[in-house]
Amino acid sequence: MWNWEFAAEALPILLRGFVNTLIATVVGTIIAAILGLILAIAIRGLPRWINWVVRLFVAFVRNTPLVVQLVFVYTAFSEIPGLVDIPALVVGSGVIGVHYATYMSESYRAGIDAVPPGQREAAIALSLPPVRTFTAVILPQALRATIPSLGNYAVAMFKDTPFLFALSVVELVTSAQQFGASKFAYTEAFTLAGLIFLAASYPTSLLIQRLERRLATY
Amino acid sequence: MPPTENTPSPHNDTAPAIEFRDVEKRFGTTTVLENLNFTVAPGERVTLIGPSGSGKTTILRLVMTLEELTGGYIYIDGMPLTFEERDGKRVELPKKTTREMTTRIGMVFQQFNLFPNMTVLENIIEAPIHVLKKSKETAVADARSLLERVGLSEKADEHPTRLSGGQQQRVAIARALAMSPEILLLDEVTSALDPELVGDVLAVLRDIAETTDITMLLVTHEMQFAREVSDRVMMFDSGRVLEEGPPDLIFNDPSHERTRSFLSSVL
Repeated sequence: MWNWEFAAEALPILLRGFVNTLIATVVGTIIAAILGLILAIAIRGLPRWINWVVRLFVAFVRNTPLVVQLVFVYTAFSEIPGLVDIPALVVGSGVIGVHYATYMSESYRAGIDAVPPGQREAAIALSLPPVRTFTAVILPQALRATIPSLGNYAVAMFKDTPFLFALSVVELVTSAQQFGASKFAYTEAFTLAGLIFLAASYPTSLLIQRLERRLATY
Repeated sequence: MPPTENTPSPHNDTAPAIEFRDVEKRFGTTTVLENLNFTVAPGERVTLIGPSGSGKTTILRLVMTLEELTGGYIYIDGMPLTFEERDGKRVELPKKTTREMTTRIGMVFQQFNLFPNMTVLENIIEAPIHVLKKSKETAVADARSLLERVGLSEKADEHPTRLSGGQQQRVAIARALAMSPEILLLDEVTSALDPELVGDVLAVLRDIAETTDITMLLVTHEMQFAREVSDRVMMFDSGRVLEEGPPDLIFNDPSHERTRSFLSSVL
């Protein structure tokens, strides 16, 4: 049965957990956006051996579970003197970011490939240097195709943050779990947790849709 | 035109604006151009005509370094463009050297190829600022006078996708001219336009032909236009120059049956 008292008690605790969820999502998104672009560029233009190393890394990250990566990196870090004291939340956000960067890189790559060849040809006809061609002509057009999927990956990351429980980071779901266990009030705790997730991710996806529409026209 | 000799061109004012020497272009196993030799004098307007697939557009694309030259040499103002002959060997030039050479060359494309992420003005000032290192003020002032010249002053802050095809092509012409090219390559610049928009674009090109001494190499199906602006017409067939001469001669009295049948099919 639903107990309003438990619910009222749970809410502040859950919101405290939600702060960690948000931090992990925002940090993860920033890392995925930047590292994804770097990976996409590395796969395209660099010497063959770098290309090969990057592809191997991407394949490895994509084909192993996020939880395993989280625990592996966290354990490995705790073995290295000097890195021991890095908070689990920071390590966890970083791993989530790197994990999604390997997916983002594919979106960037697709976006770059979708720029019509005539754009590059016009840049050559104007004798623009390659770096300027990329930053001023190719990338801005590629981003239009990429930003919506970055948004979608941000929402996916948001929903993957509960995996941080593996590093004992108390985010939204773990705090719900703990509260539920202590008061035997799982219904209240998880219902509220779900609502908080929904309240955050639904407006975000609406925002992404709007962004998508705006980007569709110049 | 004097026959091309197999000696290095002099690096001076008397050098041809464009020289093709033993040019060969293959795409995979298909040979598009073979043993092609011709020169274009500074200030000369040359129109390339011929059936599709005869290699005309490939010639323009080779001059603009959009295609790799698979054999022979191209010289611009007597200087090698992409490959040079060194001790009897064919050596590729550094990309940077080639890019310095291409600043002398401008190109207008069939599909305009304006940058959709920039405004009309930004399209025009991009290369003058980042290649010619002009100040922004100078580049903008030059761009505005070019826009006035092509009749689009009021469109400076629009995005290209909001313009008609004819307007986009006039912006593309202004963008090419903003680099003050010595050579202008025009690749079927009216082919993608609705018939009623062709006139404005041709009027702009006529104006440029009359008021400047830019060397022009053009591929077009507008035979009347070709007749008006060209000093010389070259008829291509299967990657070879079938015949060439002043427009009146080629259009009125071609010596090859192949030219005659081509002209009757397009006129």
